[in-house]
Amino acid sequence: MSLFPWILLLLPLLAAAANQLYLKRNAFIASMVSTGSVVVTFVIALVLWGLDEPSAASFSWMAVGDGVGIDLTLKLDPLATGMMALVTGIGMLVHIFSLGYMAGDSAKARYFTGLSLFMFSMTGIVLAGNFIMTFIFWELVGLSSYLLIGHWYQKDSAADAAKKAFIVNRIGDFGFLIGILLLFGITGTFVFDGMREGLASFEADHAAFFTENSAAFSIILGTALLCVFCGAIGKSAQMPLHVWLPDAMEGPTPVSALIHAATMVAAGVYMLFRVQLSIGEDFAFTFAGDVIAWVGGLTALFAALMATQQNDIKRVLAYSTLSQLGYMVMATGLGGGEAGMFHLYTHAWFKGLLFLAAGAVIYACHHEQDIWKMGGLLKKMPITGATFVTGTAALIAVPFTSGFFSKEAILHAAEHNQALFWLAVVVAVLTPFYMTRVIMVAFLGKPRGDDSDHAKEVRPVMWVPLAVLGVLAILSAYPGIHSIAPATPEHAGEFHPNALFWISLGALIAGVVPAVLLYRNRDKDPVSIPLFRERFYIDAIYDRVIVRGVQNGAAALVHFFDEFIINGLIVGGASRLAVSFGLLFRRVQNGNLQGYAFTFGLGVILVVYFTTFWK
Amino acid sequence: MLLLLVLIPLLAFAAILGGAKARQTAVIASGVNLVLGLAAAFSWKAALWGFTVPVLSTPAIHLSLGFIDGMSVVMLLLSVIVAFAASLTGTAPDGREKLYYGSSLLIAAGAIGAFVATDLFFFYAFHELALIPTFLMIGILGRGERKAAAWKITIYLGFGSLVLLAGLVWLAAATGTFDMIAMQDAEVIDPSAQKSIAAFLIVGFGILVSLFPFHSWAAPAYASAPAPTAMLHAGVLKKFGLYGLLRLAVPLVPDGLGAWLVPLCVLLLGNILWVGFVTISQKRLDGMLGNSSVMHMGYIFLAVAALVAVPEGMTNEWALPAAVLLMFAHGVSIAMLFGLADKIERATGTLDLDKLGGLAKSAPSLAFLFGLVGMASIGLPGLANFAGEVMVFIASFANYEPTAGLGPVQITCILSIWGVVISAIYMLRAYRKVFQGEVVPSTEEAADLGMTDRIPAVLLAVVLLIVGICPNLLLSLLPK
Repeated sequence: MSLFPWILLLLPLLAAAANQLYLKRNAFIASMVSTGSVVVTFVIALVLWGLDEPSAASFSWMAVGDGVGIDLTLKLDPLATGMMALVTGIGMLVHIFSLGYMAGDSAKARYFTGLSLFMFSMTGIVLAGNFIMTFIFWELVGLSSYLLIGHWYQKDSAADAAKKAFIVNRIGDFGFLIGILLLFGITGTFVFDGMREGLASFEADHAAFFTENSAAFSIILGTALLCVFCGAIGKSAQMPLHVWLPDAMEGPTPVSALIHAATMVAAGVYMLFRVQLSIGEDFAFTFAGDVIAWVGGLTALFAALMATQQNDIKRVLAYSTLSQLGYMVMATGLGGGEAGMFHLYTHAWFKGLLFLAAGAVIYACHHEQDIWKMGGLLKKMPITGATFVTGTAALIAVPFTSGFFSKEAILHAAEHNQALFWLAVVVAVLTPFYMTRVIMVAFLGKPRGDDSDHAKEVRPVMWVPLAVLGVLAILSAYPGIHSIAPATPEHAGEFHPNALFWISLGALIAGVVPAVLLYRNRDKDPVSIPLFRERFYIDAIYDRVIVRGVQNGAAALVHFFDEFIINGLIVGGASRLAVSFGLLFRRVQNGNLQGYAFTFGLGVILVVYFTTFWK
Repeated sequence: MLLLLVLIPLLAFAAILGGAKARQTAVIASGVNLVLGLAAAFSWKAALWGFTVPVLSTPAIHLSLGFIDGMSVVMLLLSVIVAFAASLTGTAPDGREKLYYGSSLLIAAGAIGAFVATDLFFFYAFHELALIPTFLMIGILGRGERKAAAWKITIYLGFGSLVLLAGLVWLAAATGTFDMIAMQDAEVIDPSAQKSIAAFLIVGFGILVSLFPFHSWAAPAYASAPAPTAMLHAGVLKKFGLYGLLRLAVPLVPDGLGAWLVPLCVLLLGNILWVGFVTISQKRLDGMLGNSSVMHMGYIFLAVAALVAVPEGMTNEWALPAAVLLMFAHGVSIAMLFGLADKIERATGTLDLDKLGGLAKSAPSLAFLFGLVGMASIGLPGLANFAGEVMVFIASFANYEPTAGLGPVQITCILSIWGVVISAIYMLRAYRKVFQGEVVPSTEEAADLGMTDRIPAVLLAVVLLIVGICPNLLLSLLPK
């Protein structure tokens, strides 16, 4: 049994390696190898999920002393195995969908290599037994995301988006790594299982210090946790590092579904919950919890506002993803990690569905992504259209869909913080508003362009995954099915017509009705709010002020000083001195080896002479 | 046996001077050395590797070679691997084959000798032996501003060697021996002398390793050096300074180094942050690589700082392996980068970032290998540099006491982690400009790597992967 979970981890890597090394020219076999590997891993994930406390062998990776070092260990608790079932399940559907979506792509083999590399890396994050492993795979998902966003690397926009995603994530990782090290300094370990104990003994060892400085413990632990949270800010695209995710839509749409909606971007939430579990109740005690919750809440709000004015169908979904991730982060910060994880689980299915359905639409409309050039697609593409509507229903929390139950869990987790609770309710109004806008404009009404006029329903290889996801978008939150979720709050999936229910139903209606009235039979957007459309000008400020101004300015300034002060003055002085070495220089120029060797020999003799006389 | 490893390149050098086919001789000699080096890694504890001949009786100087500990083995491995790859990289200009291939052999012999010498005199002399052909190669066969670059590196390293020499002589005087093994058992050096010796060693070795602010020789020298010279110097020979600090300064003048801890931290941050920004502003690939190499030296100095800062009565098991692993990883990756940059220039005729673009289309293998080693050099897990860097960071926090606040090493570490962002910026920007985007005239007809070009690059890539995935292979050589 003990090597079995390792197969789950390593199989996608093998597939990626085989594709890269041997199958580059045989795209069909490469796509089959990747898809086959994810089917097998899905089965393994289901088997592991059913097992009671599965275990895996561990290996020494980096040993520097007796018992000092880093081991490779897999953690196989219900959180990890549930997450695995989710990741491989969606991964499998996205692979199958990609067989159709990428059929005509000239670099199909490279695409599937990237997907397999991603599956490997994501599995690693989920199963990591210690923080160093988490960080390793954290970086590797960053790489696979970089490769897949930049799949069409000859397009400048795709290449730039890939680079941006990687660098912005690295900024988050800067804090993440510091946090890991600080936490290591506190608990003395990187291993998740040992953290609680390490923390307890840290507190006990310095008991005198902490009674004297009562706030110190919270400050020390809280700072470390906040730094760790920086990793989640980057990977889960929270403000202020959210800017890479909308640009990441330059990648093929199935990639957006799998990586930039359902799984990788949720890794930040997963990691936070993993830390919450490992640290125990101290997690929410520190000031870090409040900061995390507010970052999440504000991201949820601002991203939803941005989504209301986007015209690219994928960008609407991208901002919606930001907003929903903000919900999850907020819940986790408030100590309701279970609610956050539960929303992660339902969101993965319905957002994966929405992206794939959008992909099918884009495919059918010959890569048109502007919703104002679509219209009437529900008639042209009934299956795709129906699944998109289903996904939307779950996202906007129509009662008795999966998203309804998980959003209620989030609101419930926020109940003890009035400000954040009402903020979350505002987001729950905005979400139905912008999604209804998309449906009204793109799927209803009349076709507004040739591409949408000639759109046809996609092939079964693409709509079957949509249908499966559609079913899950409705049912995944119900008791029985949700037992596979990585974590579920108490009473998840149960219906209670309490105050919370009426509030969220009110929010739904308050969002849908104005959107229907505003956007029925429109040819262009009747609302224009540049602030929202231009994303609060955050991207522009980053580009002009931080990248071009601060970073490039500083680089140029430092370069100037390097060139003229250090190089010019110091070395300039040295070269004047060196004129007296002129003989040596001429020999270098002439390449007179003997002459040089003579000089060197002279030096050696001098050394010997010098040392002899020293004594 | 170790004498063989030094003699083979020297004999091959003599054979080339005597008229043997230069390239073939160089490749065969480096190949044999590679095999011997690998054999040494498996059997270095056996007595047969040692070698001693007295050279001078007063003071007692011996030509003695041996593995003082596993660190020498790792450095030897690095030398033979990079030397073999360098012998397969680059083509000599017509009529200069003797100088071109002969110099590489001399550099390799000198580097190997320096890493396995157990006598202070030869430790120093072998390094000097390797420096001379480095200067010559840059001054005679270099590109661009070769004369200025050769001038600069000669003055700088000449001066550095002089300072170092003073420090080493003082060290020998203080311990009363030239024997590097016997030194370790000598009486503890008086603290005030330690402080002065440490200063000489930090500055002397530091200049050789391009420690800030003594770094400005490196980038122009590497930019104009022929590919094999840049590979051998940046990859192998430069590590001599770090090896020397770890081998001599850390064990023999620990208190002296301790007195300079804060200045050392400031200087290494100069490498990482200051030179990091200089790297971002580079407009040519060779300049960028040269500066990035300087920048990454800062992380190895950070490991040295962590080692120096260990509190009384405590140990830091991470720091020394971290430094050694990172030296190895950096050496392999920078050699591969310089080798591939040479290929880019041969294929497109330029290394100006603004004149390149879309090269991945015409040269996919080159793009893949450059991408791999570029990722290695910015610390992507799974490749050797990450293992080294993460160990350096852990080492910096191994003796951290949260209730006492952050010490100088922890603060330095935190600031230096910003380097992972800086290196991502310049490396991805360069990759973006060279390989991605629209095809431009210079890359339209560019040829991909040929079969023989691939051998050195793939060899180095495989080494990076093996050590990155299983760092224990190297760590097991080091003392626990």
